[in-house]
Amino acid sequence: MKLKLKIWRQKNSSSPGQFVDYTVDNISPDMSFLEMLDVLNERLIEEGKDPVAFDHDCREGICGTCGMMINGVAHGPLPGTTTCQLHMRHFKDGDTIVIEPFRADTFPVIKDLIVNRNAFDRIIKAGGYISVNTGSAPEANSTRVAKSIADTAFEAAACIGCGACVAQCPNASASLFVAAKIAHLNILPHGQPERRQRTIQMINQMIEEGFGSCSNFRECEAVCPKEISVDFIAFLNKEFIKSIWK
Amino acid sequence: MKISYFYSTPIGKKIVMAVTGIILFIFVLFHMLGNLIIYSGPERYNGYAEHLRKLGEPFLGENQFLWIARTVLLIALILHIHSAWAVSKTSWDARKKPYHVYSPVQLDYAARTMKIGGVIILLFVIYHLAHFTFGFSWAHPNFIKGDVYHNVVVGFSVWWVSAIYIVAQLALAMHLYHGLWSLFQTIGITANKKRDWRRNFAILFALLIAIGNISIPISVLLGIVK
Ligand code: HEM
Ligand code: SF4
Ligand code: FES
Repeated sequence: MKLKLKIWRQKNSSSPGQFVDYTVDNISPDMSFLEMLDVLNERLIEEGKDPVAFDHDCREGICGTCGMMINGVAHGPLPGTTTCQLHMRHFKDGDTIVIEPFRADTFPVIKDLIVNRNAFDRIIKAGGYISVNTGSAPEANSTRVAKSIADTAFEAAACIGCGACVAQCPNASASLFVAAKIAHLNILPHGQPERRQRTIQMINQMIEEGFGSCSNFRECEAVCPKEISVDFIAFLNKEFIKSIWK
Repeated sequence: MKISYFYSTPIGKKIVMAVTGIILFIFVLFHMLGNLIIYSGPERYNGYAEHLRKLGEPFLGENQFLWIARTVLLIALILHIHSAWAVSKTSWDARKKPYHVYSPVQLDYAARTMKIGGVIILLFVIYHLAHFTFGFSWAHPNFIKGDVYHNVVVGFSVWWVSAIYIVAQLALAMHLYHGLWSLFQTIGITANKKRDWRRNFAILFALLIAIGNISIPISVLLGIVK
């Protein structure tokens, strides 16, 4: 495959940045999107040019490190898929692909396609601890969890913190991420002792970071690689009311 | 203070927006149903207007019910607009550098136009009050206080006045198509995604209100109501 690429290049967080056009040739449809960028970068390095900086780690769709806007969609055209698990067979020979970093004031660009997502870490940190005994492994049946609750908690826990929800949201809202993180612990017995304080603290941190408000546009769930449902945002809103008044 | 903390957060503001939206929706629904009485003639219709003034008697004096309702609606409208403005500002501030290429996946037209739609509805409400409630001479050619039937028929006989009403009702229908679905999300009520009754609820009432209201200027223009 031969492709035209329009990639956002930006030296550092304070430089303005601009699109640069590239062409890549001999791309196998079985390559992942990141491998396609690797091919480009090898050539740039050989030519003595600065390679395109992008974030990646596991390349298995489980760590949440990768992510970019591909033709205006976070993680690209395939639903329920991270950028590293998106394969070139979903593009056509001769396509032009526009690649831009995730944009939100809370996610400043560090270089090219790499953005700083520390705001997510600070939200997690604001959530605090859960009260469980550590040391020896707990007795397997001491805390029983109904299957349906375990399943729902697991759906929320699948969030890998990639930030695609923020990137795709017209409001740059972190509601889906925060909802998933709060729901994951708030519906399990282990999360009960700190339930209210965790909810309020994480929401306060989300506000302090400057994320947008939720308008129920549902763009987040459309691009979430873990297909986390906006039902969890409804749950978050309910938890918020309960945490204040119950 | 719990209330002031609640309203300081975007989630709290959205919940206020949803609750005041429900109040405004209930008003709009009954307003539409009440106005359909125009089809049973001038006596009934003017009698209905008169009846509203006396509603609540003997517990409430003449016009008292109307003033309570107006106060509640005005407060709801102010809160609705303030919270909408405030959360919109939060969201605009969250991404000051827009994307060069952005392709929404399932964002619909109604959801995207809530803000501009809201402004259109607000401008319409102001015009509507000047037209039929206060009957200012710049807004109504021949306003007779108390003869509501006459005022409506004369008012809608001007085709472009009717056109303004019809366009405003379409804007309201759009606002309700998203709003009546969105409010359930906001107050934490979910549904089966594949057979989402909240969507059906929103479509039903958005259409009901728009069709009911639009039928009146159309009927006047067609000479069915005269
Ligand atoms: C008859 C009048 C109105 C009714 C029945 C109504 C109803 C609603 C409802 C039910 C919602 C959904 C709340 C939620 O998402 O939980 C909503 C949202 C909204 N309303 Fe209204 N509304 C009316 C007038 C207005 C006016 C006059 C404005 C502005 C000038 C306005 C601006 C908005 C905006 C911007 C939103 C959505 C904001 C967001 O989702 O972030 N509305 N409305
Ligand atoms: S909710 Fe989905 S899109 Fe958002 S951070 Fe978690 S995995 Fe990524
Ligand atoms: S690199 Fe780990 S999810 Fe893509």
